[in-house]
Amino acid sequence: MSPILIICCGNADRGDDGAGPLVARHLEALGIAARVGRGEAFTLMESWRGADDVVIVDAVYTGARPGTIRLWDARTAPLVPQWFRCSTHCLGVAEAVGMARHLDRLPRRLRIYGIEARRFETGAKPSAAVVKAAAKVSERLAREVALCTCVP
Amino acid sequence: MRSKTNGARSIRVDMLARVEGEGGIRIKLKGEQVQDVQLHIFEPPRLFEGFLRGRHYQEVPDIVARICGICPVAYQMSAVHALEGILGITVDPAVRLLRRLFYCAEYIESHALHVYMLHAPDFLGYPDAIAMARDHRQTVEQALRLKKAGNQLMAALGGREVHPISVAVGGFYKTPSRAELRAFVDELQWARDASIATVKTVAGFDFPDFEQDYECVALRHPNEYPLNEGRVVSSGGLDLDAAEYDEHFVEQHVKHSNALHSRLRERGSYLVGPVARFNLNFDRLPETARQAARDVGLAPPCRNPFRSIVVRAVELVFACEEALAIITEYEPPPAPMVRAAVCAGSGCAATEAPRGLLYHSYEIDERGLVLSARIVPPTAQNQKRIEDDLWHYVPQLAGLPADQITARCEQAVRNYDPCISCATHFVTVEVG
Repeated sequence: MSPILIICCGNADRGDDGAGPLVARHLEALGIAARVGRGEAFTLMESWRGADDVVIVDAVYTGARPGTIRLWDARTAPLVPQWFRCSTHCLGVAEAVGMARHLDRLPRRLRIYGIEARRFETGAKPSAAVVKAAAKVSERLAREVALCTCVP
Repeated sequence: MRSKTNGARSIRVDMLARVEGEGGIRIKLKGEQVQDVQLHIFEPPRLFEGFLRGRHYQEVPDIVARICGICPVAYQMSAVHALEGILGITVDPAVRLLRRLFYCAEYIESHALHVYMLHAPDFLGYPDAIAMARDHRQTVEQALRLKKAGNQLMAALGGREVHPISVAVGGFYKTPSRAELRAFVDELQWARDASIATVKTVAGFDFPDFEQDYECVALRHPNEYPLNEGRVVSSGGLDLDAAEYDEHFVEQHVKHSNALHSRLRERGSYLVGPVARFNLNFDRLPETARQAARDVGLAPPCRNPFRSIVVRAVELVFACEEALAIITEYEPPPAPMVRAAVCAGSGCAATEAPRGLLYHSYEIDERGLVLSARIVPPTAQNQKRIEDDLWHYVPQLAGLPADQITARCEQAVRNYDPCISCATHFVTVEVG
């Protein structure tokens, strides 16, 4: 079992928002477990309860080139809610981190991989740039998990 | 806020925060006189009635559940009642109770979210619940636990917390065992007590001195606080079957909203939602909920929309108490679902979503395919009422700094817990 809890957020049927689920699929093929969720704040906080080392993967919209990969240390980096917001119906990743910080519910280590997205059409597949970025993030995570599991 | 040299001012909120969906407000003032109020709903039309055409009636509960991530049960319930009316289905009493329990779960998660996370920050002076959590940690912890209690009950009955998949025309695809439901008793008892405490907490907030003479519209049942069944009644004297809905209510398109405005044919705007339900059904609440209201001096008729947060908290007490009562007497039905022969026909039903009356009507053909569907969500019905509140409330605020006027207007909109995404699915495109 992976010592890192990997939570992949997004909607596989909404274009580039499928970045997170795509990473989960890659990892699954490599035998690494990853949870898939919507990225809703309260569910996220429940998901990481009891975990020490957590990685969240989500599509982001910061204005960078599609497919750009960002890595934030969520315990220290300021997160802008709009980067993660893909729904007007719920609070997202940034709000989960903000609230957990005030409630002392942050995992000891929490990192966020953001994959820059551009298109969110219903039923669309992720763009080529996002597919490529998802593969890269999966490789990085797989390497990291392998390193962790090798250390006695 | 923008000022013009002739003394005219306009208040603009381009994007309302802490509501579900996308909308804004525009208010034009001259001195203290309001000249125009518009609740702008620019969330694109979602065309659900169009998606339903040509689909088999048994697909309807799963499709309409997608209208809302907060109140999917409401859409499923209004749909199944309307369709069961067409097919002549009467469900087992245990299924009826389970549906009521399902609705209680939705009330708990929806009201806990709005009371604590969306509305309380207005009264406590925070921009959002995250900032509020810094100083009111215990309150937010309580909110999260309450919401989780509702979510878990939703998942037990619906297969998952959001967009449940267990509801069928005729019942459920799968019903829980007695033991599965009994497992919720301890947490629901905690939730009921926490809700009673919530009533006290929110009743202590400062409320603007503002009252309106609403025409309240809600369901009324002979002996239950209304959820799934009842006649449509109003404080203005209406008492009708859902089938008579169109004779008294009309929807109209206004330029500034992608959701149709509803009004009473004879009397204009009206109020649906917790305050309307409470005002028309106080005597149907369980004693625990009535006492919680009395303890904080809340009695019908409540005419101050800002006190809707207290009414929602009272409904939280009701939902927990009702859920406990149902679980105590629950025996699984002999079969989860009743099947019926397909026949052509039309029918309608109204149930009480957390945000208010939700009306559905359908016509199906002899193969069971939907020929037409119409959905009138509570937020669409309240739009005109929200605008009317602002017409009357803004003159009280005219002397305040611009940022305060804007904040107070947003708070006034949030009194309604508007779900804009739900409201925008009318069809204007003719197919075929």
